[in-house]
Amino acid sequence: MTVAVNPSQTGEPVFYLADEHPHPEGWSTSLGFWIYLMSDCLIFAILFATFGVLGGNYAAGPAPKDLFDLNLVAVNTSMLLLSSITYGFAMLTMQQNKVAQTQVWLAITGLFGLAFIGIELTEFAHMIHEGATPQRSAFLSAFFTLVGTHGLHVSCGLIWLVTLMVQVQKFGLIEANRRRLMCLSMFWHFLDVVWIGVFTFVYLLGVLR
Amino acid sequence: MSPDLLKFIFGRLGFESLPLHEPIVVGTFAVVALGGAALLGGLTYFRLWGYLWREWFTTVDHKRIGIMYMILGIVMLLRGFADALMMRGQQMLAFGGSEGYLNAHHYDQVFTAHGVIMIFFVAMPLVTGLMNYVVPLQIGARDVSFPFLNNFSFWMTVGGAVLVMASLFIGEFARTGWLAYPPLSNIGYSPDVGVDYYIWALQVAGVGTTLSGINLICTIVKLRCPGMTMMKMPVFTWTSLCTNVLIVASFPVLTVVLALLSLDRYVGTNFFTNDFGGSPMMYVNLIWIWGHPEVYILVLPAFGIFSEVTSTFSGKRLFGYTSMVYATVVITILSYLVWLHHFFTMGSGASVNSFFGITTMIISIPTGAKMFNWLFTMYRGRIRYELPMMWTIAFMLTFVIGGMTGVLLAVPPADFVLHNSLFLIAHFHNVIIGGVVFGAFAGISYWFPKAFGFKLDPFWGKMSFWFWVTGFYLAFMPLYVLGLMGVTRRLRVFDDPSLQIWFVIAAIGAFLVLLGILSMLMQFAVSFLRREQLKDVTGDPWDARTLEWATSSPPPDYNFAFTPVVHDNDAWWDMKRRGYQRPLTGFKPIHMPSSTGTGIILAGLATAMGFGLIWYMWWLAALSFAGLLVVGIGHTFNYHRDFDIPAEDVIRTEDARTKLLAGAK
Repeated sequence: MTVAVNPSQTGEPVFYLADEHPHPEGWSTSLGFWIYLMSDCLIFAILFATFGVLGGNYAAGPAPKDLFDLNLVAVNTSMLLLSSITYGFAMLTMQQNKVAQTQVWLAITGLFGLAFIGIELTEFAHMIHEGATPQRSAFLSAFFTLVGTHGLHVSCGLIWLVTLMVQVQKFGLIEANRRRLMCLSMFWHFLDVVWIGVFTFVYLLGVLR
Repeated sequence: MSPDLLKFIFGRLGFESLPLHEPIVVGTFAVVALGGAALLGGLTYFRLWGYLWREWFTTVDHKRIGIMYMILGIVMLLRGFADALMMRGQQMLAFGGSEGYLNAHHYDQVFTAHGVIMIFFVAMPLVTGLMNYVVPLQIGARDVSFPFLNNFSFWMTVGGAVLVMASLFIGEFARTGWLAYPPLSNIGYSPDVGVDYYIWALQVAGVGTTLSGINLICTIVKLRCPGMTMMKMPVFTWTSLCTNVLIVASFPVLTVVLALLSLDRYVGTNFFTNDFGGSPMMYVNLIWIWGHPEVYILVLPAFGIFSEVTSTFSGKRLFGYTSMVYATVVITILSYLVWLHHFFTMGSGASVNSFFGITTMIISIPTGAKMFNWLFTMYRGRIRYELPMMWTIAFMLTFVIGGMTGVLLAVPPADFVLHNSLFLIAHFHNVIIGGVVFGAFAGISYWFPKAFGFKLDPFWGKMSFWFWVTGFYLAFMPLYVLGLMGVTRRLRVFDDPSLQIWFVIAAIGAFLVLLGILSMLMQFAVSFLRREQLKDVTGDPWDARTLEWATSSPPPDYNFAFTPVVHDNDAWWDMKRRGYQRPLTGFKPIHMPSSTGTGIILAGLATAMGFGLIWYMWWLAALSFAGLLVVGIGHTFNYHRDFDIPAEDVIRTEDARTKLLAGAK
């Protein structure tokens, strides 16, 4: 919106807009969602800090070396990284207004996400089966909470993804839906970035420790 | 019914959970139940439910939501203050072998509830309410960035308050002090529902607070009217911006630390336990990383209010606007670097303590700069001692005392002597009452005519003022004395009879504050009855300086018929000075957000989920959670959330104002 803040032609100061256009729909959404992501980032920051402080307290229980299967985690990481790429493709096809292709890429993203959650749950189940439960030591409490919170976020992302696919199917790639896909895109990539932190800080450094 | 089925339905809730053995609680319940029944009956009799639902509960209008926040804050003030009176009474009586009238179980709940309620459900709603009401008006906007979210945030805050109030009559509240330090708050030492009430009340309300913070940041960044650059924003808007940045950057920490505590309590993890590698100190650190910014979240908006009031009632531009803004920003940043001063005595060592002691002392510099800015604003001004200005003067005198005792406590060796004593209690009441509460009262009496179209009655306002101020000094100065003598906080009975006189004085002070609160309620009632004499038809009863006074009192739904254009810090003053003529023609339809009941439904479900989790009624928690998902997702299928106010309605509203203004001249 261009506005004449300077004096009008007659030299009188302008104190109001005689002809105004309301802010376009979703004017604040990107900023708002970005700030939300930063507050979420803080949640992860505190969980990382907690893991940093308590992560060495095994209480005579199992340590990362005994528990982590880096091959499995590598597969899992690739699931999430690939899902970020396919989400990127979904956004590209969205730009070209191709509903069907967008849906296909979103579906593939969802499947990768589902695979990630599935592998994570398998890993958790295996650890719990071996007696490495969240109650066993502060290290395991912090581990399960940090990784679990990330997994919970991915699960929420999956519910959101399905909802958006239904909405795109029903209403098409209208402005509101594009905005929503953009927000989910930020959310999804954000979770990817957090996971890279988890992979490095919890798994790789954990095995070195 | 089989005991298993009962246990499934009611979890750990049973008849023995009702505090029937506590005559004080039963009496309170009787009064609350009678009053509540009378209120509900009255609403039904006068057929107000439909009106309340349509015009208030489901509204997305930032002004109405702001007013509802203020009502919540004032109602909860009565509850929190009742707790204060009970403590003052107990400590006054419990001498010479007397046990007083509160048993330990009850007394511990009272001091915990007092702190929790006063911070989360009195100070926060009052501050959020004022920001909600005033900020969009000050920046020439029609509403906040996310109006539905605003309604939802408010109802989540109410949900938290409902859980705290429920704990009074169903079960019990925490007996841990207002920050619920583990290991005391862990399941081993607090196996009952008190801490769970604490956790879920704060989690439910905390979601509302965080979202409201995001909302107001976006509003200030994205919805300012043309011409209002950052350095032309009113100071209250600046302090609100900084406060909301603090909210967004600190409440997630509270969310996590409470979530970890609940994992310890519900799942048996070992974050804050004494064994299996847990660390209670982790909790203390984390909660104060939220807790210290929290006190600035409360006091920064108050500083903004005092700035607006001082310049309005001195008839002068605010002295040192730029330094005021920078001081606010510096306080915002420093507030993250001082949290450890809350536990100097917990073994961090001399170097760490020195760092945090010094950063704490540094905060007094920007705060002092603000104080001088207010003084220089008053210097050579034509000061009008209206009620908002009286609260401001009382603040300046009181807050300086509280600030100096704060700097004293910031010196680690002094803190080793004074920590956990009544000196500390006196200090933080001195800054919170003298700063936040007086600020909220200044704000209420300043903006009341804007919100309701009539001024507050000055006589009862002055009564309230003098009772509050003298009551405050009588109640808390003795606590400084007692603290210096070594009396620690949260004590229920005393042995040394020589101390009693100080507690008697403090109780008299608390009684005067009670008269102050009653006078304030009286002031609202009298003002309502005298609303015709106290009417403000101009929209600018104080000859003020910022944009909110450019529109009518109360403002129309759309705030401004035409979006204002700003050229100066004191935009409205500039408009008045340069002969602004209010437009009388050319009105167009105005695009506005529509009301929705989703916010109150979601918050109701979240509260039910909290209640289910507190009492181990897993079915209720699961069902409410599923409900949250369904209603939340269902809401996103509604794509039509706006409507246009027709031009005729705008013309009718504006013509009515034109007639009013003509009548006033």
